[in-house]
Amino acid sequence: MNWTAIKAIYIFEMARFFRTFLQSLISPVISTSLYFVVFGAAIGSRIDQVDGVSYGAFIVPGLVMLTVMTQSISNASFGIYFPKFIGTIYELLSAPISFLEIVLGYVGAAATKAMFIGVIILITSFFFVDIQIAHPIAMVLFLVLTCISFSLFGFIIGIWAKNFEQLQLVPLLIVTPLVFLGGSFYSISMLPPVWQTISMFNPVVYLISGFRWAFFGLEDVPVATSLLAIGFFTALCLGAVYWIFKTGWRIRT
Amino acid sequence: MANILEIKDLRKSYNGGFEALKGVNLEIEEGEIIALLGPNGAGKTTLISTICGITSATSGDVKVAGNCIKDDFRAARSLIGLVPQEVALEPFEKVINTVRFSRGLFGKSRDEAAIEHILRRLSLWDKRNNAVKELSGGMKRRVLIAKALAHEPRVLFLDEPTAGVDVELRKDMWDIVADLKADGVTIILTTHYIEEAEAIADRVGIIAKGELLLVEEKAKLMARMGKKELEVQLTEPLDTIPKSLAKYELSQTHDKTSVVYTYDTRGERTGITQLLNDIAAAGLSLRDVSTRQSSLEDIFVTLVQEDAA
Repeated sequence: MNWTAIKAIYIFEMARFFRTFLQSLISPVISTSLYFVVFGAAIGSRIDQVDGVSYGAFIVPGLVMLTVMTQSISNASFGIYFPKFIGTIYELLSAPISFLEIVLGYVGAAATKAMFIGVIILITSFFFVDIQIAHPIAMVLFLVLTCISFSLFGFIIGIWAKNFEQLQLVPLLIVTPLVFLGGSFYSISMLPPVWQTISMFNPVVYLISGFRWAFFGLEDVPVATSLLAIGFFTALCLGAVYWIFKTGWRIRT
Repeated sequence: MANILEIKDLRKSYNGGFEALKGVNLEIEEGEIIALLGPNGAGKTTLISTICGITSATSGDVKVAGNCIKDDFRAARSLIGLVPQEVALEPFEKVINTVRFSRGLFGKSRDEAAIEHILRRLSLWDKRNNAVKELSGGMKRRVLIAKALAHEPRVLFLDEPTAGVDVELRKDMWDIVADLKADGVTIILTTHYIEEAEAIADRVGIIAKGELLLVEEKAKLMARMGKKELEVQLTEPLDTIPKSLAKYELSQTHDKTSVVYTYDTRGERTGITQLLNDIAAAGLSLRDVSTRQSSLEDIFVTLVQEDAA
């Protein structure tokens, strides 16, 4: 394993994050604060508690997940798409490194950035609502797994995309709706039975449910199922990335 | 000298059936400079890209210092540095960081002294903390070379390194290449500029339509295929060449003030003395005499035209 190369990619990618630190940080913090103001204070004050948790606190895990998922995808997809776009991908392809090392470098950096922002969002939420974390280790585990799996997904999008429009397509048209409809702002049990059944086909439901369980002990689906779902999604993405590098799809002619 | 690069029957076909490389065979000795000349679409960049791992070969075998580029790709690639044709650089990154990144990518531990040496050698040390986007086009090309040298490769590929740069910078590049050769680095460069190959290469390869038409030492090639021309300038324009000079197959310049005699430098007798005597005997007066060696460009054009025919 070429650890020096992994470290080089990781440091180079993190440097991009720190170059635009304020932009990377302020934008999600402001967005989340607005969610708290609108959903937590304005609308939330008119909503009763959800399973004994105030609505403002109830949406915190969903908001963190929303940010972490979108940030993981955008960081990882941009991270690998940009070298393709400006042509510096030649250096990766001609270096003595394997696909696994490239993925570890890029996905590791994207996951770190997303986790960093997720933690900042969580800290921000303490200024708005009073929350307790029932299972802190499980919370960290879910956060890390989500960052890694969605960064892998973003990496695949970055390789697939042929232009900036395509880069935005999947996050905007698929991921964001799935996250919003995955119980970020409500419990699945609040939906009519038909929609509850339909929601079970949304993979994000399992992630948010597991993450919310780590906070409040509340779950829409059993926590073991949530872990299995995230494990399955990670394996699926890893398989896709392995195939991409094996065949050179969209990176090697 | 041992071969540092061995290419055997290398082929590359694309999905549409286009054959970019049609069984290229080439052996390159350690420490030499070889220039690959060829028209656009000849397969020069495909050849380099395939050796470096950017493009997958359809068939064939490439070894770098005995390491197969497929089976021992780590060992093979760690010996290679590549300067691509296009200026592809992360625009917002500092020069020194982008060079450090390249070194790390090739598995070499951080070595500030080595990075400083490379940057100073390429006159980039003063610009080390500048973002790449702030540099001139010529400086960016130097950064590409610095990145390719960051892991101290034994083989350096330069894919049209001086395309679009001014004459002064081109000469600088040639000096850099000469320095690298002095350090024992093997250099394979592709170029459109014949004068570049003529100025710096030890051997010249001519590639067209995916085939290597020939590879030969530059001096031998020019001696073998090179012809010399003797231009005899006359004091008065000449309407027709006298019959007594017909055997020399002279040509005339447009203004008819000179006649040109083409001769083979390898011949035992060039026929120059006899020609000058016969010109005098024909009653023609000379103003000046000059000779010109046919260039690599003439040889290149001849070979490519022959191949096309």
